[in-house]
This record gives sequence, structure tokens and C-alpha cells, in this order.
Amino acid sequence: MEDRVILRVGAKILIPHILLFALYVQFHGDYGPGGGFQAGVIFASAFILYALIYGLAHAKRVLPLGFASFCAALGVVIYAGVGVATLLKGGVFLEYGVLRHDPVHGQELGILLVELGVFTTVFGSMVAFFYSFTGRRKSRS
Amino acid sequence: MTAVALLRIRNLFAVVMLAGIYSLLSAGLFTVMDAVDVAFTEAAVGAGISTVLMLGTLALVGRKEKAPDRHPVLPLFVVLVTGAALVYGSLDMPPFGDPDNPIHQHVAPRYLEESGEEIGVPNVVTSVLASYRGYDTMGETTVIFTAVVGVLLLMATRRRRWTEEGKGDDDGG
Amino acid sequence: MRVLGLFNYWIFIFLMMVGFYTLISRGNLVKKIVGLNIFQTSVFILYISMGKVRGGTAPILMEGDAVYSNPLPHVLILTAIVVGVATTALGLSLVVRIKEAYGTIEEDEIQAEDLRL
Repeated sequence: MEDRVILRVGAKILIPHILLFALYVQFHGDYGPGGGFQAGVIFASAFILYALIYGLAHAKRVLPLGFASFCAALGVVIYAGVGVATLLKGGVFLEYGVLRHDPVHGQELGILLVELGVFTTVFGSMVAFFYSFTGRRKSRS
Repeated sequence: MTAVALLRIRNLFAVVMLAGIYSLLSAGLFTVMDAVDVAFTEAAVGAGISTVLMLGTLALVGRKEKAPDRHPVLPLFVVLVTGAALVYGSLDMPPFGDPDNPIHQHVAPRYLEESGEEIGVPNVVTSVLASYRGYDTMGETTVIFTAVVGVLLLMATRRRRWTEEGKGDDDGG
Repeated sequence: MRVLGLFNYWIFIFLMMVGFYTLISRGNLVKKIVGLNIFQTSVFILYISMGKVRGGTAPILMEGDAVYSNPLPHVLILTAIVVGVATTALGLSLVVRIKEAYGTIEEDEIQAEDLRL
């Protein structure tokens, strides 16, 4: 089983960088290609890599399925919550301009929060998909 | 081409790998056509997540496809007729890359010109996705959530053995 | 000469027909879902190729005057890609459950089993 050592050490080195890259893509989505969807998928892939190398049981201890599903729902709530917040502040639904004193800053804040919501949902969904497929025992037929 | 190989190969593992290559090739195509955001997403999602999910499915269902016992004539006929109709329809379409195409009038120049002052975000795709068309993106997020609900309902419960005597619990999932 | 400007549509039509044929002619359910994916990706190629402007660049605003490719199809396709993966995940989980219930994922065997029960 010595060949496993390379995989484990390599994964340990790579996973923090993958997570960091995902966050970079998320927050720099305004200035270059990127945004919530891509960042969510990359972030989830770090956890999938962890599950592939260290086993599903370990991965489920780090990130339980319930938490991943919670994240998926939380993202939708964040997104709709931004819309409701704009309603409460006097604008129409999802009009980011009323979030701050100045419409342009409001837009930037709104986009940031909304992309965060998308990121959370996509991340939770991809991890939940992976857990569902790999957690199933093989049928005996 | 990759797509035709996908059609003919019966070892499903090879099919899944080729599907990943197909996604990656189309991501490269998107990059060449200046769609960097789309290429990024297609590479991550198509070549990444789709491949992983299909491999997970193959681990549960098996890898070989049964050989077709007779030549399917009707699907071939349907496909040829549809293809011919589409080629006929494409003769009316505007040529590739022309800046005067109808698709580039009306809304798109407005987004490109106004996005700088109204939103202040350089990446126009993000500004359109999150602000000008933010409502659609909310719907899309809901769609992903709904898919998670569906998959969890189908897959995260205990496996039951479907015998003729009725349902009984398996050794647990 | 005008016909040569249409080649991107023909590439798309070819890919879409291959995907369509895989979808309707193969009995294996996983192959069908792969065919669906080919179909979807070919439609993305259609839209993105329609949005390209000759001499344009990626739609990220830069200093000075520049010609940009149309960002509107990019946004639509971004949404479509993610919805596509959601559909694929749901379809694959259905295939897994069908396999557990019927013992096979070949379409004709499933129909035979249904007729037998």
C-alpha cells in the first residue's frame, strides 16, 4: 500500500490550494471569468478529492450530508433574502441600487451577496450529489 | 469525431471518459469563441462533475452495453429527416461572426455600454447574470436545489429488497 | 460564398443529430443520458457561435475602445449548463434506482419485465 502515500501526501498539499483557488474565482468573478457557479464546483471538487483519497467515512465526518443539503437550501435563501431586503428598503424585488447610499455601490454589494448565495447552493448540491451516488451499496443482481 | 465514437463504443467506462473529453473539447471551442466564462463552467461542470457522477453510476449499474440485435432503421430515418430539415432551416441564418447580425442589436449593445456606469463591474457576463437578469439566476439556483431534493429522495434512503413476497429491509445503507 | 459562412450551423447540426440518434436508438439507459449530454452541449455550441463577433474579444470591459463578443448568449448558456448537470444527476439517480428495481438497465429487458409482471 505504499503507492497510496503519494496520493495522500499529494492530496494534502493540493486541497488547500484548490479551496483557495475556488475562493479566488468567486471573489474575482467581477474582474475576470468566474463567479458563483464555477467557484462552487471547484470548492466542491476539493471535498470530492478528499473523499476519493481518504474514504467516504472520513469525508462524511468533515462535511456531513445534512450540512451539505443545508448549504444547498441556504444559498437559495440568501438569494431570495437579498431580494426581500431590497423590497424592505423601498425598491422593487432584486433592485440592488437601494441597498446602499449610492446605486453603484449598491449594485456591487448586491452582486457580491447574490454570487455568495449561488456559490453556497452549487457547492452544497455537488457534494450532496457525490455523497448520494457513492454512498449507495451495489445491488447484488 | 468524439461524438460518433461515443455512439458506437459499448464499454461504458470508455464512453464516460470520452464524454469527459467531449466536454473538454467543447470548452476549448468556447474559449476560441471568446466565451471564457462559459468555457470555465463547461470544463468544471461537464468534464468534472458529470464525469464523476457517471462513474459513480457505472460503479452501481455495470459497464457493458448489450449489443443491438437488429439494425435500427426508424431512428436513423428520423434523424436524417430532422437533420435535413435543420440544414434547410440554416440557409436562412446570418453568417458566422458578422457584427451586423440581428443578435447583436437591441439589448446587447445597451448592456455593454451601460454596464460600466450603472454597475461598475468589468465582467459584463457577471453583471448581466447577477444584476440585469438576476431573477433568472434565482430561478436557476432554485432548479439546482430542486435537483438536490430529487436526488436525495431517490438515493439517500435505505435500500429495500424488492422480492415477490413484499418489501423487507436490506442490510442497511 | 455565403454558404461558407454557415459552417458553424452545420457542425452544430451534425453533433446534435449524433446526440439525438444516440438518445433514441440505443437501449442502454446510461448511453441515452450520455446522448442527451451530447445534444445539450451541441446546442451550447450553437448559441456561443452565434454570439461571436469577428475580431471581438471576451466581454470583460477594458480601457479604451474595443470590440466585444456578445455577452447575452454567454449568460443563457451558463444557466443552461448548470441546469443540464442537475438534469443529468437526477436522470442518473433514476437509472440507479431502475437497476435496483429491475435488475437491468437495457430498455427492452425492462419492457419485457414490465409485461411479465
